[in-house]
Amino acid sequence: MTFFAADDLGVNFGGIRAVDGVSFEVQPGEVFTIIGPNGAGKTTIFNLISRIYDPSQGRLTFRDEDITGVPAHEIARRGIARTFQNIELFEHASVLHNLLLGRHAHARPHFGQELFFLPSVRARERVHREAAEKVIDFLDLQPYRDNLVVNLPYGVRKVVEMGRALCTEPTLLLLDEPSSGLSVEETAEMAFWIQDIRSLLGITVLMVEHDMSLVGAVSDRVLALNYGRVVACGTCQEVQSHPDVIKAYLGG
Amino acid sequence: MRIPFKTTYDADLGLFRDPVQRRWYAALLAAVLLLPLAVPAYLVDISLVFIYGICGVSLMVLAGYTGLVSLGHAAFLGIGAYAHVFFLQDVGLPWVVSVALAALLTAAAGMLVGLPALRMTGVYLTIATLAFALIIQEVFTRWERVTHGLKGRPVDKPVIFGVSFTSDVAFYFLCVALLIVALWLTANVLRAPTGRAWVAIRDSEIAAQSMGVHLARYKTMAFAYSAGLMGAAGALFAHKIGFLAPDIFSVLLSIQFLLMVVVGGLGSLHGALYGAVFVALLPVLISEARDYVPQWAGQAAAVLGKDAGSAVYLAVERFVKQPGLEPGVFGLILVLFILFEPLGIYGRWRKLQVFFSTFPLYKRATFRRQKTYMRSERLR
Repeated sequence: MTFFAADDLGVNFGGIRAVDGVSFEVQPGEVFTIIGPNGAGKTTIFNLISRIYDPSQGRLTFRDEDITGVPAHEIARRGIARTFQNIELFEHASVLHNLLLGRHAHARPHFGQELFFLPSVRARERVHREAAEKVIDFLDLQPYRDNLVVNLPYGVRKVVEMGRALCTEPTLLLLDEPSSGLSVEETAEMAFWIQDIRSLLGITVLMVEHDMSLVGAVSDRVLALNYGRVVACGTCQEVQSHPDVIKAYLGG
Repeated sequence: MRIPFKTTYDADLGLFRDPVQRRWYAALLAAVLLLPLAVPAYLVDISLVFIYGICGVSLMVLAGYTGLVSLGHAAFLGIGAYAHVFFLQDVGLPWVVSVALAALLTAAAGMLVGLPALRMTGVYLTIATLAFALIIQEVFTRWERVTHGLKGRPVDKPVIFGVSFTSDVAFYFLCVALLIVALWLTANVLRAPTGRAWVAIRDSEIAAQSMGVHLARYKTMAFAYSAGLMGAAGALFAHKIGFLAPDIFSVLLSIQFLLMVVVGGLGSLHGALYGAVFVALLPVLISEARDYVPQWAGQAAAVLGKDAGSAVYLAVERFVKQPGLEPGVFGLILVLFILFEPLGIYGRWRKLQVFFSTFPLYKRATFRRQKTYMRSERLR
């Protein structure tokens, strides 16, 4: 069975070919990292997977299903959750509120019942709250539960955003530069979270990352991109020593 | 400082934060209900505050919670008002049925406006709603069979289940009751998944979408719900003013509604009510000021001599008798609020609360506005 695969994926923005025939496959239970210089098309691939962009060519397969034509709001329900490079939290809401929104994929809102806040709505809210509390416990977010996101430091926001993604109960977690803007200590902590998410929760992680110490610490396989094309794919060591990768980063 | 001690998840699901807050609201409700007994009859004529309160809640759902700013809400009010009067006086339906139908019809109109709204964001959406309001006003003028056009149409006093609400006091209680129902329904939706989805759309559409929020569906729902509330408010509004004419539902009224939510404080139901009190009572204050301010100014200037006194009196009187004074004052207040207190009256109230609850330890920088650059690379 194919867990996740991108096959000959491509997208054009006007005359720019941002992603050009990228193919890769992610095995269940691994941490798969995409690296590349700025503008290589890493985040674009994420936006293609979460269906915010429509690919001009190629197809995406997730758990043996073609998800190339699935609408963006359906992706979370299928089991793919993501974080964003420049944190996209709901800033004027509390941490708990953000996590509960992560449960939206599992909520079956019934407007008529909600108007009167019937017992059925209350019962469902309790279930969502319990799920959110599990994530709070997992990520040690207890002190921030009722804080507004806008009042939190950047490092905590990163964790909250990851927590919100975990609340959707994903099988594939897309992390877009989890260490950007974090201090060295926070990055080390992030490495532990990612390992825990993989080994304790059994979630496959696909991430975009620049910090090679983090990449080396957690990744099973690494894919290097440049100008929207695959340069190299393999273990962290292999990719780092690949001549084309060195050329892409250092020139020459 | 009071810290609510929560021991169950249900403590966070309640309408009120804790029993203390519930008691404060009970006290407020008692005060509102006892007001007609305590003050002279003509002052009870403030039922407009409660009608505007429903309008404020309606626009707050759309602008404050979903982040879709509408300049067409006077049109929804108008649709509700005309529909109610049509159902009540031409079709002859009972009052309750007529209000419900008017609200549903307005909700359907809101849904129609909401559909193109899915492709527009920010100021373009606002302009689209403005265009809608202008079209609807034209429809009110031309569709004479229902609206009686520019001749206008008188509205009877409400009679509900055989009980006549002719007196101002009775109508006051009717408005209070409807506002409470509107607040209750809205608070219920806001603490359920739908309300959370609305807030998510306001703060980050792309993240909302990735969390499984169907943008089109929830935006349309917000429009429909907001318009439905406006329709119900319109029914009361029709009885309140007693005479419907197309020019009442002008863009100026829409702007007043927007002013209401901005001045009250975007993103809170409290704000909608503060704003309603403010917008409904400001014209009263201005007309009172018209009578007294020139006198006071004249008397104050009279210290400098009799001529100066009368000159100041005449100058001030000429100024306050200007016909455009009211919109001018509204505009000035809006600008001042956006500059100095973007969170509105409710934001100011919260700051006062924090000041007193942390009293000797209050830090001046608690609410200092910061520039943040985290959202610099948005997708659009």
